[in-house]
Amino acid sequence: MKPSMLSGAKPNAVIGGLLVGGLLVVVLLGYVWTPYDPIAIDLAHPLAPPSWTHWFGSDEFGRDVLSRAMLGARISVTIALGVVAAAVIAGTLIGAIAGFLRGWVDRVIMSVNDAILAFPGMLLALALIAVLGSNRGSIILALSVAYLPSIVRVVRGAVLSIREREYVEASKVVGDGALYTMVRHVLPNALPPVVVLATSLFGWVVLSESALSFLGVGVPPPAPTWGNMLSAARPYMENASWLSVTPGVCIALTLLGVNLLGDALRDRLDPRRDA
Amino acid sequence: MLSYILKRLLLTLPTLLMVALAVFFLIRLIPGDPALVMLGDAGDAASLAALRQDLGLDQPLPVQFILWVEHALRGDLGHSILTSEPVSVLIWQRFQLTAIVVLVAVSAATVIAVIAGLAAAWRRDTPLDLAVVGAASLVLAVPSFWLGLILLLVFGLKLGWLPVVGYVPFSESAVEAALFLVLPILTLTITESGVLTRMMRSSAIDVLRLEYVTHARAKGLSEFTVLSRHVFPNAFAPTLTLVGLILGHLLGGIAVIETVFTLPGLGRLMVDSILGRDYPVVQGCLLFTAVVYVAVNLVVDLCYPLFDPRVTAQ
Repeated sequence: MKPSMLSGAKPNAVIGGLLVGGLLVVVLLGYVWTPYDPIAIDLAHPLAPPSWTHWFGSDEFGRDVLSRAMLGARISVTIALGVVAAAVIAGTLIGAIAGFLRGWVDRVIMSVNDAILAFPGMLLALALIAVLGSNRGSIILALSVAYLPSIVRVVRGAVLSIREREYVEASKVVGDGALYTMVRHVLPNALPPVVVLATSLFGWVVLSESALSFLGVGVPPPAPTWGNMLSAARPYMENASWLSVTPGVCIALTLLGVNLLGDALRDRLDPRRDA
Repeated sequence: MLSYILKRLLLTLPTLLMVALAVFFLIRLIPGDPALVMLGDAGDAASLAALRQDLGLDQPLPVQFILWVEHALRGDLGHSILTSEPVSVLIWQRFQLTAIVVLVAVSAATVIAVIAGLAAAWRRDTPLDLAVVGAASLVLAVPSFWLGLILLLVFGLKLGWLPVVGYVPFSESAVEAALFLVLPILTLTITESGVLTRMMRSSAIDVLRLEYVTHARAKGLSEFTVLSRHVFPNAFAPTLTLVGLILGHLLGGIAVIETVFTLPGLGRLMVDSILGRDYPVVQGCLLFTAVVYVAVNLVVDLCYPLFDPRVTAQ
């Protein structure tokens, strides 16, 4: 077959890596420096258009949009990393237990799992936030629960198929304990699909968190997130369009970077793709 | 075929039971007396006692659950704390609008995805393919609510072609109602066509490689016939599954679109009820949406054999 210029991983990986790397740099930079205090109100300069003093303009309270977008990046990224870590660790554990023990444990875990999957993720997150209240902790918990089942499903599937492979058989024959075989041989080989899924998960969480904040049930103000900045920008859309542009571009560039990186990873790690 | 349908119908029963259990227990996770939670601050002692009796709070949990399911099956989902309207009436009014927007947008997105995906797969690795894949990836990265805001800014505020804020019910003026729905539907169509196009392209690429496609071409069939009669039906099944999933996800995700365009739909009802701690409505919306999600996936699965007869044979 002729080489495909689209499935060639390189441009995807480079652009995706640059975008995600840039995001991380902005987040880290935000810890040591932002042009202004992101929360400080300056009523003398509300709704200032982009200029040399305020690169991306200022909002209705005179707060610097660039500074707020930088802090927003930090909040979004920490929430997304928290959710991905929680969902991947818990999901791998639960999925591995289901796939490893099989029998009734597997049946119970998978039926609960399928029940959670029967709710659209966003709806489930909304429901949990209705119960838990809206703050950073409950957003992380709600989104972790919403996205956990997909990880459980993937890990269980991978474990079920890997445990039948010959090298696992060999490990048993040599006399390795079941737990050792599991940790040493089965889990590491089940990781590639989890890595691919975790990458997409990061993007979904950034999107879901900004949607929740946009709706007013996410991170509460005055802490800025891209979602609540967009929501606050709505009344000023006609006269201060820069307020709606910056957070939107931030979300879009993040998602684009994560998606491209995810595609590149999938091409590398998924053996079912064309060789 | 009949046994496939029956089997698929039976499979939804445990899912529905789990959904009902989850919604029932979720509201009971809120600390405090469920009757107090459901009545809010508005209730006096008498109505509190009446609701306790009605919910069966003096009975064991399983009995409470059965009572609750019984009520729900009769369409009785309680009353809103804020407006004291029956929850089922509220949901039904709001759902009609949401359903119109979602169905029109997803149908349009599916048509676009099938045409663009087939074309890209057919001319794989040409500039056409690159353009389709690039556009789809770009669309995937743009959040629907931001796209909505931008379209609103351009077509509503700058050009003034379409109304910006508010909504007129179809019963009052069908033309005006339709005008209010153009931008939300356009936004959703663009957003959802990205992922569908990618799916259609990748399954069409897989099918184009198969021998019967070569055979069909060797018979001298036109490229259009090959694509429409042989490639499309065999490549469409995964896209159809995705359509089902998207319809379900939109039931939760439509709230942001309804917020951007100030449409009184089901998603906005749910978010407003969460913000107003109107728990009977939250519970009703959750149950209703989850049941619709299960039903949509059931319908999609039942449509499967139309495109892929092998499904029933398994």
